[in-house]
Amino acid sequence: MTDHIETDVVIIGAGPVGLFAVFELGLLDIRCHVIDILPKVGGQCAELYPEKPIYDIPGFPMITGQGLVDNLMAQIEPFHPTFHLNQMVESIETLGTPEAPLFRVKTAEGETTFTCKSILIAAGGGSFQPKKPPIDQIEAYEGTGVFYAVRHMEMFRDKRILIVGGGDSALDWTVNLQPLAKRLTLLHRRDAFRAAPHTVEKMRALVAAGAMDLHLGQVSALKGPAPVLEGVTVRKDDGSTFDIACDVMLPFFGLTMKLGPIADWGLNLHENLIPVDTEKFETNVPGIFAIGDINTYPGKLKLILSGFHEGALAAQKVHRYVYPEKKLLFQYTTSSTSLQKKLGVAA
Amino acid sequence: MGVIHVTDRSGQRHTLEALEGWRVMEIIRDWGLPLEGLCGGACECATCHVYVAEEWLSKLHPPSEEEEDQLDTVVTRPNSRLSCQIIWTPALDGLEVTLAPTGS
Ligand SMILES: Cc1cc2nc3c(=O)[nH]c(=O)nc-3n(C[C@H](O)[C@H](O)[C@H](O)COP(=O)(O)OP(=O)(O)OC[C@H]3O[C@@H](n4cnc5c(N)ncnc54)[C@H](O)[C@@H]3O)c2cc1C
Ligand code: FES
Repeated sequence: MTDHIETDVVIIGAGPVGLFAVFELGLLDIRCHVIDILPKVGGQCAELYPEKPIYDIPGFPMITGQGLVDNLMAQIEPFHPTFHLNQMVESIETLGTPEAPLFRVKTAEGETTFTCKSILIAAGGGSFQPKKPPIDQIEAYEGTGVFYAVRHMEMFRDKRILIVGGGDSALDWTVNLQPLAKRLTLLHRRDAFRAAPHTVEKMRALVAAGAMDLHLGQVSALKGPAPVLEGVTVRKDDGSTFDIACDVMLPFFGLTMKLGPIADWGLNLHENLIPVDTEKFETNVPGIFAIGDINTYPGKLKLILSGFHEGALAAQKVHRYVYPEKKLLFQYTTSSTSLQKKLGVAA
Repeated sequence: MGVIHVTDRSGQRHTLEALEGWRVMEIIRDWGLPLEGLCGGACECATCHVYVAEEWLSKLHPPSEEEEDQLDTVVTRPNSRLSCQIIWTPALDGLEVTLAPTGS
């Protein structure tokens, strides 16, 4: 089933810059929907360094990555943005004219389509995607013998499952899939795990009870007539090898950022970044803006601070597209009753 | 001043001038070799993965727990290191590394 949504602006990317843009647009009465491929908001801050301190956010001598994201979410609360998580924006279609832009935005597999007057691309370093281990021929088995995510657990019932990795995803799926697997093996490069201690304990208990296997080493080759996986060859640190028989392999090596479908949207690109002007951060397509780490212009700094500033300026031009007949008055949140009403703080 | 030797993924060996205090990742990137270094050296991405020649391994600080955690996210060899965690000093003049393959 396809959902169709009409809104003023679609924001692609729920990193810090996309989140703050919701605020700047909201002050100007512009409604928006935010889409991200990740299951959670916060972009790099939440995914790569949630617990690391950031020292260069104005007004916060120190704040963690996740702390900043939580505060941004609280700040944009009054504008009730709708989030579409776990969805990759695949395509953008131009329907309007340069003077009155109109766009159709589609997410992967056509799950949702949006019609909007402007698009803010806040896609950072690109979309987060699973890291594929560099193993020969791995592509030939993808979707049959090799999976980077579990969508339906039932698919793996009564299979010999090999899970590779030592982080939370690897350990969580080990514990969850073990009961329905014919036999489950966990393979990791060393006998230390980055996952929640409680889950690691559970896994160790299953191994002790003989309910699953744990091996140390790394996959060096896949076996079986592709796309049918029959097993893998594992290399140990001392150079020796051994085989593990399996029907499916689930490597959980974390996430990396890839430009993804942005390259196909007909925008000018310079080394995987989108060139914009510094007055309104608009791309070569009128109505499509690029803010935050994904854009480039002379003097660009890849800082959260810069992305916030870019969102504020982009919002001014978006206002012209959304309300062509209205004149925009510049107002401060400290003194404007109308802005304070929007924020729900005016008496 | 000194040099490091870097073998790229096509097997070609490059000799690069190195600067004291720079991360080996930064030196490699600065010379334009294809090393991503996505996180800018924060030990958060493992896209700066290299193999260090055997004879140099013992001259480096052993990897921290944080580096080991990141190395878990790639396919390693016993001589795997993250080049952003190696700060170049004249003691590393002539360091020999090979760029590890990236996943697709
Ligand atoms: C370890 C580390 C430390 C850092 N420290 C600092 C610091 O101290 N100060 C500072 O200012 N900056 C710091 N940065 C940089 C800062 O994190 C970035 O500048 C910031 O995250 C950029 O925000 P963004 O919203 O533009 O993009 P991102 O945070 O990259 O978010 C982009 C989002 O868009 C999504 N996306 C992309 N394409 C699509 C698509 N097609 N469909 C759906 N979703 C998509 C991605 O999944 C992602 O969630 C640091 C970065 C790292 C890695
Ligand atoms: S550059 Fe990211 S871990 Fe080294």
